[in-house]
Amino acid sequence: MMAKAKPAPAETSLADDLRRLEEIVRKLEQEEADLDEALALFEEGVTRLRHARDRLAQAEAVVEGVIERADGTLRADRIDG
Amino acid sequence: MSRVTRAARRLVESQFGPLWVLGELSGLKRYQSGHWYFSLRDADAQVRCVMWRDYARRIREPMDEGTAVFAFAKPTVFEERGEFRLSVTRLLPTAAVGLQQRLLEEAKAALANDGLLDPARKRPLPRFPTRVAVVTSLDGAALHDIISVATRRWPAAHLVVVGTRVQGADAEWEVVRALDTVNRIPNLECCILARGGGDREDLSLFNKESVCRALAAVSVPTVSAVGHETDVSLTDLVADVRAATPSAAAEHVFPDLAEVRRLADGLGVRLGGSLGRHSRLARERLARTADRMERHVRALLEGHRQRVARAAASLDALSPLRVLDRGYSMALDADGRVLKRRSEFPSGTPFTLRVTDGAVTARAD
Repeated sequence: MMAKAKPAPAETSLADDLRRLEEIVRKLEQEEADLDEALALFEEGVTRLRHARDRLAQAEAVVEGVIERADGTLRADRIDG
Repeated sequence: MSRVTRAARRLVESQFGPLWVLGELSGLKRYQSGHWYFSLRDADAQVRCVMWRDYARRIREPMDEGTAVFAFAKPTVFEERGEFRLSVTRLLPTAAVGLQQRLLEEAKAALANDGLLDPARKRPLPRFPTRVAVVTSLDGAALHDIISVATRRWPAAHLVVVGTRVQGADAEWEVVRALDTVNRIPNLECCILARGGGDREDLSLFNKESVCRALAAVSVPTVSAVGHETDVSLTDLVADVRAATPSAAAEHVFPDLAEVRRLADGLGVRLGGSLGRHSRLARERLARTADRMERHVRALLEGHRQRVARAAASLDALSPLRVLDRGYSMALDADGRVLKRRSEFPSGTPFTLRVTDGAVTARAD
C-alpha cells in the first residue's frame, strides 16, 4: 500500500516532520509514485522541511519538574537551569 | 622538616589513585566531630586510616574490632605528624558484600525468569525525541549533566524531571513511585533513570528487583545511567539502553543539532533532485507517448490508403468501360445520355456509339 501524500498539519512534531520527510524522499527516489502523487509528495516535503528548519532554528530547551499534588494529579513547573 | 613531609605527601598522592584495600578493622575511634580514626591490618602490614565525617556518617553496617572490610581509600601523608595514612571514603564489611551479591543474584534470577532481561525486549530509542522524562535526584550532578548536554545538543528537548532520592533507606520506594509517575505523563518519548557518582552501596538501589520491575513497566524506551563505568547494575540490564554516565545517557538520547541540520539539508537536496528526476521521467514518458501516437496515426492512414486502393480496384472492375472491352457497345445521344430502347431511336436520329477504344457517330435507319 502506498501512503497518500497529506498536507503537513500545523501541529506536527519535529520528529514527525523529519521521519515523514525521509519517507517522502525515499518514495520519490524509488519512483514509487506517479507524477501527480510525486508532486503532492514534493509539496508536502517542502512544507515539512520548512517546518523542521523553523523548529530547529527557534527551539529552546525546556526543563520542567513534575510534582504530584495531594489529590494525585500531576503538576509540571518550569525549572530554570 | 615541613618541606620533606610536604614533598612526601605530594609524592605519595601523585603515585597512588584511590584504591580498594582489604583488611581488618582495628582500634576504631569515633570522635564527637564525626570523624573516624582506625587502623587496617592484614597478616603482614598495618596502616593508620582516617574517615572524614561526611563519609563516616553514611555507614549503616555495624563496625567492630576485627571486622573484615573492603575500604576505598586514597593513600596520603599527614604532614603535621609525618605519618603515612589512608584517607578512606567507603567502608564495606566483606560479609555485607557477600550478602549484597547473593541478593543481587536472587533478584537477577527472578527478573530473568520473567523474561525482563531478554535482549529481544529492547526497544530502540526515538531518533528525534522531544519530551523526555528524567528520573533522578533534583539536587544531584546527574540532573545538571543531563540538562547541560541536552541544552547543548538538542534545543528541541523538553525535559520532564521527576525528582526522587536515589540513596538512603526510603529511596527504593521513591524511585519505584517516580517510575510509575512517568507512565502518567502524557506524550513522553523516552525515559532516563540516572544517578551520578557514589559508591557501590548506593548502587544497590539499582539492583533492587522492585526498581527493575518498575523500570521495565515504563511505557516508553528507557535508558539506565546509574553512573558507574565498570559495575553493571540490574537496571542496566532491564533498561532498553545502558549508558555509563548521565552525560552519556543524554548524548545517546538527544541528537546533535548540527547533525540534524545537515540531515535536513541533505533531505532538502534529495527532495529537489527527486522532483527533477520525476519531471524528466514524465517528459520522457510524454515523448514516448507522442511517438506511439504518431505511429498509430501513420498506421491508421496507411490502412485507409490501402482500403481506398482496394475500393478503387473494385470500382474499376465494375466500370461499364470494362464491359466494352468484352465487345459490348453503348449508344449515347448528343447530350451523352445512354439510349437503351428502340423508342429512343426514331428514324434519322444521330447518336454516338461508344466502343472500347473510342466512339463512332451513327444514324438510325
